[in-house]
Amino acid sequence: MNLTLKIWRQQNPADKGGLKTYELGGVSEDMSFLEMLDVLNEQLNETGEEPVAFDHDCREGICGSCALMIDGQAHGPEVTTTCQLHMRSFKDGQTITIEPWRADAFPVIKDLVTDRSAFDRIIQAGGYISANTGSAPEANSVPAPRDKATRAFNVATCIGCGACVAACPNGSASLFLGAKITHLGELPQGQPERDGRVASMVAQHDAEGFGGCTNIGECTAACPKEIPLDVISQLNKDLRTAIRHGH
Amino acid sequence: MAGSTLHDGSSPLNQAAKQTSDDAHGYYVAGEPLVDPVTPTGPIADRWTTRRFENRLVNPANRRKLDVIIVGTGLAGGAAAATLGEAGYNVKSFCYQDSPRRAHSIAAQGGINAAKNYKEDGDSVFRLFYDTVKGGDYRSRESNVYRLAEVSTNIIDQCVAQGVPFAREYGGLLDNRSFGGVQVSRTFYARGQTGQQLLLGAYQAMERQVAAGTVTQYTRHEMLELIVKDGVARGIVARDLVSGEIETHLADAVVLASGGYGNVFFLSTNAMGCNVTATWRAHRKGAYMANPCYTQIHPTCIPVSGEHQSKLTLMSESLRNDGRIWVPKKVEDCDKDPRDIPEEDRDYYLERIYPAFGNLVPRDIASRQAKNVCDEGRGVGPLVGDFRRGVYLDFTDAIERMGADVVKEKYDNLFDMYERITGENPYEVPMRIYPAVHYVMGGLWVDYHLQSNIPGLFVTGEANFSDHGANRLGASALMQGLADGYFVLPNTIRDYLADGPFEKITEDDEAVVEARRSVEKRVETFLSINGSRSADSYHRELGHIMWEYCGMERSEEGLRKAIDMIRELKKDFWTDLKVLGTADSLNQSLEKAGRVADFIELGELMCIDALNRRESCGGHFRAESQTEEGEALRHDEEFAYVAAWEFGGEDGSPVLHKEDLIYTAIEMKQRSYK
Amino acid sequence: MATVTAVKNKRSSRSTIALKLLMALSGLIFIGYVLAHMYGNLKAFSGQEAFDSYAEHLRTIGEPLLPYSGLLWIIRIVLLVALAVHVYAAYTLWARAGKARTTKYAVTKRVNSTWSSKTMRWGGTALLLFIVFHILHFTLRVVTPGSNSDSPYERLVGSFEIWWVSAIYLVAMAALAMHLRHGTWSAAQTLGLTNTASARRNANLLGYLLAVVIAGGYSLIPVFVLAGVIS
Ligand SMILES: Cc1cc2nc3c(=O)[nH]c(=O)nc-3n(C[C@H](O)[C@H](O)[C@H](O)COP(=O)(O)OP(=O)(O)OC[C@H]3O[C@@H](n4cnc5c(N)ncnc54)[C@H](O)[C@@H]3O)c2cc1C
Ligand code: HEM
Ligand code: HEM
Ligand code: SF4
Ligand code: F3S
Ligand code: FES
Repeated sequence: MNLTLKIWRQQNPADKGGLKTYELGGVSEDMSFLEMLDVLNEQLNETGEEPVAFDHDCREGICGSCALMIDGQAHGPEVTTTCQLHMRSFKDGQTITIEPWRADAFPVIKDLVTDRSAFDRIIQAGGYISANTGSAPEANSVPAPRDKATRAFNVATCIGCGACVAACPNGSASLFLGAKITHLGELPQGQPERDGRVASMVAQHDAEGFGGCTNIGECTAACPKEIPLDVISQLNKDLRTAIRHGH
Repeated sequence: MAGSTLHDGSSPLNQAAKQTSDDAHGYYVAGEPLVDPVTPTGPIADRWTTRRFENRLVNPANRRKLDVIIVGTGLAGGAAAATLGEAGYNVKSFCYQDSPRRAHSIAAQGGINAAKNYKEDGDSVFRLFYDTVKGGDYRSRESNVYRLAEVSTNIIDQCVAQGVPFAREYGGLLDNRSFGGVQVSRTFYARGQTGQQLLLGAYQAMERQVAAGTVTQYTRHEMLELIVKDGVARGIVARDLVSGEIETHLADAVVLASGGYGNVFFLSTNAMGCNVTATWRAHRKGAYMANPCYTQIHPTCIPVSGEHQSKLTLMSESLRNDGRIWVPKKVEDCDKDPRDIPEEDRDYYLERIYPAFGNLVPRDIASRQAKNVCDEGRGVGPLVGDFRRGVYLDFTDAIERMGADVVKEKYDNLFDMYERITGENPYEVPMRIYPAVHYVMGGLWVDYHLQSNIPGLFVTGEANFSDHGANRLGASALMQGLADGYFVLPNTIRDYLADGPFEKITEDDEAVVEARRSVEKRVETFLSINGSRSADSYHRELGHIMWEYCGMERSEEGLRKAIDMIRELKKDFWTDLKVLGTADSLNQSLEKAGRVADFIELGELMCIDALNRRESCGGHFRAESQTEEGEALRHDEEFAYVAAWEFGGEDGSPVLHKEDLIYTAIEMKQRSYK
Repeated sequence: MATVTAVKNKRSSRSTIALKLLMALSGLIFIGYVLAHMYGNLKAFSGQEAFDSYAEHLRTIGEPLLPYSGLLWIIRIVLLVALAVHVYAAYTLWARAGKARTTKYAVTKRVNSTWSSKTMRWGGTALLLFIVFHILHFTLRVVTPGSNSDSPYERLVGSFEIWWVSAIYLVAMAALAMHLRHGTWSAAQTLGLTNTASARRNANLLGYLLAVVIAGGYSLIPVFVLAGVIS
């Protein structure tokens, strides 16, 4: 199939950047979206134009690297990651606009590559259970109820891609944050630090410049791991409890 | 496990190997034999405990003054950074991704082994040890493997305490499953995302140390050179992938946890960025590369769909429990709709050749047989080049037997993934699968302390050669990564660091300046060749050569041919490469060029290693060494050794050092699945 | 020996979520008020006497414990504080969201947001304008279209008989319906009451219900005045 691609090109963080149009032929339906970009890049390399920079690594939908806004939707029209999106989701002759995630907390580094280190800092603020190596009790000494363990697992599948932020009209990272709060808060091991964790992580979230959530729900629709909105409710509840406990 | 295979570890059970064949003659230089200077002795069950006690301690006040560089944030590197940070060392952690959480370990699906024996099904540390040595086809060091089995139980405790959401039973206790053809249930799992959950545990523990100030995290940094001063590793040269700046980082010890090099085949199940650069650069600085030819090929991957393919996706091995593998008997049926091929025209070749194990034969056998039938022209799926690379994995019987609902419950997410990638519905049309490169057992040579032959350079996880011999059991790589990172390295590196802090070296030290200059020069060269081909195209070509001649089946003739082709490719690469862009900004083509340059050199060494090892063991199958039925044939009397290769200089031949594998607790046996 | 790390506690009462909590609480006060106020307004259907005496009754409740209009003043103060809080939080969050994404997308496609969720801010602003107008109209009697009688009932009927007054109210009720539709669910989510899929569904249903009942209930009055049923 033949495509017209409008791709955001930006040389460096200081550059203003803009959309540039490319024509690409010979795209097969079986290609993944990123393989399609590989073909474009090979073509650009030949013609002497610098290839388009984009983040990717596992190409299996699990590392969370790939991050493209495709025709106004984070990761494109399917509920999946960009690397798992295939060209059969598009039509011959279609024009596709490709932009980087937009959020001031995720500044653009180059072309479609953004800096998502804010997520690491949110985790640093408390997204862990303090268990020094070697200090752990026998694993089965603390049973975890299966339903809670299942919920913890379901939300722990967040891949940190940032699509929730990219899709949220407020640029909020509440879904990402809520997923981690819920994961750790559902497990017996996570209880001692529960109040402090949410207080700290929310503070970091705000300090990074993400917006507040107004419960719009675009995030969950864009989330490739289908993290449900109730993690935001849980987040709110945990913060409320933390405030009550004096945080 | 018959009683006769159990021994007390006090006396050798086999002799040192004496190689009589010399297929690789002329391609290498024979070096001195190699011995592990810190190899433990005594009863095997006590070796690690004794060693941990004997290793010296570092005064807590001194730890702050000791700098440790860790390259890699996968299970091996992330766990080590967290643990050494907790202990109070000053850790610098590097990864090329934008976050440590994205290291390739994230992609592991199946699970992690541990000898907990929660199912009371006869598992034990000794049995896990035994299975791992046997699974590695008696090409691993027994002391290392025993230690691995021993600490496996601590790993589970540690991960649960960190909040890793392992699967649980209704009572709230941990669940296990059996995996990779072993008879006990010892695999802990978090649905199909075990690697992700374990990595997030290690990542979070590491981020906690970042907040505490003991770990400094350098993301989007690629290590491009090792700094060796007076024969001792003292730091690295890294490129900041965003600003392009070439930085030097100095330390008292360097740990490489940079993962495996399966991407030398271009197509593999590894993440796109997986590379050999960190270890290859160390190799060129003197570190030995051990058993580079040992690669594991996984039989159940989604086949290549066309020339554009950039990577292969693994489908869980569990599919072979219920799916039946077949190809058409007649070549002319290969492009037919499989549903129109009558039963009598189908060849269920694994069931035919291995009636006892059927579709559940080990990975390497299943892979090789798939290649054989495709080589005969009976492959299915689209033509890629002039070949069809695929065999059917058919669930029709399973759906009839168990009902579509049960099949759906068991495999739904895998079926969905398959459909997303191929656009075919596996409930209706049989799946197509094909083997793909998945894991490398080879890596930098290390001693029992995980220290390479360069003092101060430690290597952990998939980057070293240590624990899996010629073949790795399913769910054991995660175990090794975390064992190394949480429990082994922290206890061995302290013995080295006890002599520190070492005399500081400065940025203007000759060794530092030289290392830095060589990196700058290399970058300049890549950008100035200005030829006509992209680095990617060279990578693809190298991959073809490797897959064809150094893949599932290797022959003397093929390997010689491959070595010539790789040498040609290398020449062409350095004269016709084209890298656009600049050195002072994010430049993914430039990154790629460096990685491909190193893969090319590694590819040649892999072929030489494979050529030398005229035996079939584990993942290495030499056409010249098989039984009459076409089964792998080991030659213990010639090859029960670790092949550790020393870099022979830019135009010189590599030097082979052999480390004998002497078993004291297990007797070597030839395996059979007939 | 390990390095002990303590989570550093930040002031959670300053966070975006705390702002949201304030918003939800003030919003709930509003909901309570509009429900009660609607009950009072519907007395219009019972005729002038019932309506006017109800208005008078509001002022005498609690006498002599409270002075004349005492309860009303308490309500007014609570409402004023709630309004200040609600509006402050709304505009602070709005401003934050603006700063969170200063470069807009060239193409956007929303798939999960409702009309009402997208219009909360402009809808809220409309409600603010309406409330100002409404107080000038009925309470302060600064704007007095139709009638400036001392009988609230006459003022009500007199003004709603003018089409554009009714129109203003009806438009405001539409805005209110949308605001409530999303606001109710949103408040439940903010208060952490929607931790399961079914709770989320219920909160959404409640939003629809309140929107229809409240906005519908109020709208009856101008509609019936225009239709001549109330006169
Ligand atoms: C699809 C798939 C499924 C698997 N499933 C299982 C399973 O179920 N069970 C199991 O036990 N094993 C499994 N494995 C194998 C296992 O995942 C890996 O062997 C293991 O995770 C390797 O961990 P590691 O820490 O050694 O390295 P990796 O996780 O590969 O990490 C390498 C790190 O090094 C960094 N790095 C590399 N080069 C450089 C450089 N030059 N400069 C700076 N940083 C660098 C990277 O950024 C990364 O952080 C699977 C593998 C694959 C591909
Ligand atoms: C005075 C003018 C008003 C303004 C400016 C205003 C503005 C807003 C805004 C901007 C929001 C949150 C935005 C969002 O969630 O998307 C909101 C939420 C809400 N509003 Fe209002 N509003 C006003 C009046 C009202 C009234 C009269 C009511 C009730 C009758 C009300 C009830 C609510 C409720 C329940 C919420 C949900 C709180 C939450 O999200 O947690 N508001 N309002
Ligand atoms: C058709 C719809 C409405 C009618 C007929 C109506 C009527 C009235 C009347 C008659 C009064 C004066 C009462 C008195 O002073 O005794 C009043 C006051 C008031 N109304 Fe309404 N109202 C309507 C809708 C609303 C709505 C939707 C709101 C809120 C969003 C609202 C908020 C108020 C407030 C805050 C006062 C002032 C109370 C006070 O402090 O005295 N009204 N309304
Ligand atoms: S919550 Fe979903 S969209 Fe957000 S970072 Fe996690 S996986 Fe990505
Ligand atoms: S889209 Fe944004 S507003 Fe909240 S519900 Fe999701 S974070
Ligand atoms: S590249 Fe890893 S999720 Fe897409």
